[in-house]
Amino acid sequence: MIARGKTALAALLLAAGPAIAADTSAVSDKFKWLTFLVFGAIIGLTMYVTYLAAKRVKSASQFYAAGRSVSGIQNGWAIAGDYLSAASFLGIAGLISLYGYDGFMYSVGWLVAYITVLLVIAEPCRNIGKYTLGDILAFRNNPKSAKTVAAISTITVSIFYLTAQMVGGGVLVKTLVGIDYEISVIVVGVLMLAYVLFGGMVATTWVQIIKAVLLVAASILLVAFTWAPYGFSLPGFLQAAVDSVNIQGQVTKLLGDAAKNMSAQELGQRFLEPGLYLKNPIDQISLGMALVLGTAGMPHILMRFFTVPTAKDARVSVIWAMGIIGGFYVLTLFLGLGSAINVGQAEITRIDKGGNMAGPLLAQFLGGGAESMLGNLFLAFVAAVAFATIVAVVAGLVLASASAMSHDIYVGVVKGEHATQEEEVRAARISSIIVGILAIIIGILAKGQNVAHLVALAFAVAASSNLPCVLLTLYWRRCNTGGIVAGMIVGGLSAIALVLVSPNMTYPVMVKAAQAKIIAGADEKLIALNSDLGAATDPAAQDKIKTAIAALEKTRTTAQDTVAKLGDATTSIVGLDKPLFELKNPGLISIPLGFLAVIIGSLLYRDKRADDMWDELYVRQNTGINAEGATAH
Amino acid sequence: MAAKPMDWIAIDQDPRFQALHAKKSRFLWGLMILSIVYYFALPIGAAYFTDVFKIKLWGPINVGLVFALSEFIVAWGIAWVYARRANTEFDTMAAEINRAASSIGGTK
Repeated sequence: MIARGKTALAALLLAAGPAIAADTSAVSDKFKWLTFLVFGAIIGLTMYVTYLAAKRVKSASQFYAAGRSVSGIQNGWAIAGDYLSAASFLGIAGLISLYGYDGFMYSVGWLVAYITVLLVIAEPCRNIGKYTLGDILAFRNNPKSAKTVAAISTITVSIFYLTAQMVGGGVLVKTLVGIDYEISVIVVGVLMLAYVLFGGMVATTWVQIIKAVLLVAASILLVAFTWAPYGFSLPGFLQAAVDSVNIQGQVTKLLGDAAKNMSAQELGQRFLEPGLYLKNPIDQISLGMALVLGTAGMPHILMRFFTVPTAKDARVSVIWAMGIIGGFYVLTLFLGLGSAINVGQAEITRIDKGGNMAGPLLAQFLGGGAESMLGNLFLAFVAAVAFATIVAVVAGLVLASASAMSHDIYVGVVKGEHATQEEEVRAARISSIIVGILAIIIGILAKGQNVAHLVALAFAVAASSNLPCVLLTLYWRRCNTGGIVAGMIVGGLSAIALVLVSPNMTYPVMVKAAQAKIIAGADEKLIALNSDLGAATDPAAQDKIKTAIAALEKTRTTAQDTVAKLGDATTSIVGLDKPLFELKNPGLISIPLGFLAVIIGSLLYRDKRADDMWDELYVRQNTGINAEGATAH
Repeated sequence: MAAKPMDWIAIDQDPRFQALHAKKSRFLWGLMILSIVYYFALPIGAAYFTDVFKIKLWGPINVGLVFALSEFIVAWGIAWVYARRANTEFDTMAAEINRAASSIGGTK
């Protein structure tokens, strides 16, 4: 089976050859082979690990939980590998390179989130859980109802997150090496499916560990090269950022008229102060809540705690994960600023508007630049790490949703817990194929869509539905089936509904008005520039004006294209002219609603089992008596 | 693994379990509130106390940068404090209850 997987992959990679497009990819054609060599090496390594894992994966415990024999340290690395998506690897470095301080501040919540996981979620879940979120909720609540809502929520959250990863991955591979978007998505999908299908949690864990080690190694190396010229002095490095012409220029651009009376030093220093990117503090608090409570409700993160032998190992794994994840975010400060100083925002945004190429371009610069062999080797390495990142995160997500389908729905609800090991593993594999193919199809259909808000939405849904249910079933005696079902539905739906009426959606009337303003402004300036051009006699001045005219004309065409793309549409997909809800992140409203629904649902519903099982649940979650043990292999 | 039948109500009411529960609850929720308050102080400070964040302390390093970096230190600090207490105190108490579990209240 493995051999067949490899051949299919080779065929795909060969098929990718002729499809390579030469447009704005970061690697020049001359060095593409180098990129493929590094990609090939990493794919080969992960396939070998999958081959070894496939021999071990025979039981449900092996497939879902790697036989609970992953050590705490290994699991810590795997959590980091599962969690640090391309958005955090490339996206945060990009935000720092374009907006300075605000990008760094944005990264903090992603680490603080693990405090919740460590203190109130990881160990109790390890003590009472088996394979899925559904198992935790089914402990004292009606198993069929609890597993049904848990599975629906797991699949919803995972699909939102998965879509963002697939689209992001497709765009990323296309930008880095120029492979067509659709082929990138299929390659990511097929690889991930091979890991999950043949190697289950064992292979997924190792792929995540390999990815995390590569990511950390690459980051340390890049930071060492970036920081060394300043003698590893923090004030020295930051002073270089303040002195950087690139950064001063970027701040001038961001501040507009407000920058007129500022000195060069003031402009540079402004980059290290808040307010260039995050303008709405209420929205930030709303996102912060979704992160701090949502991470602990992410099914693919929860699932990782079932892979270790004891609750103590779960604790060790979160501590390691926090060290790795936090250390990585501190490094991104250097990557982002280093890229701004050395590469410059003009070049970073030329290849990708969102700044995602800040890290890879810094690697290319440090190795000697776009025309050097070493520079392209560095870039190829970072590109391959980014690719491994997407595949590892996607594999974790697919495994989580496949487990919800097979373990919760098929075995738990349809078969009433009566299934043999073989039947359960077969169901899990079939579910993996379904989810994997679904991921590829969604990835291709969502091409060109703005999916960035889906990551925030996934966290918001997890924070509003999964987390209140898990937390209250673990710590509140009166919590019962009525509360779980109400909380899942109200929390999840309110988060989704609020996003559908939020500024994240496209409102054609508003977009058209904004673009019309841009076009009118450009027209006005063009008239002024053309008269200047007529008056200018000096050829240097004429050239300068001509460049400005060309830039304005480009802005004008882009605005016209945006309007043309909208066609006759006048309302957003839910039929609105303008947002009903002003926040981009729904957490501030939907999280309290989720908690409230669990509380009210529990108080209104009578459930003797939930009440009877409370003592057992509370004793077991605190002591680990009768916890699922590791299986021999 | 065949689960051993236990008298869960008796274990819950056992003074050793009640002591573990009381100590853990106070400690965990205290740390949780501390970490949430400290985390949200960052975006709130950046938005409403911007002038304080801009005060330079050491060359270009300002209050805002030190505060943001301190978020990492505080998060790691909380994790370390919790792990130390759990490794020494809570684990020992839980192990003690675990050992005695089948004899508490007599097996059913």
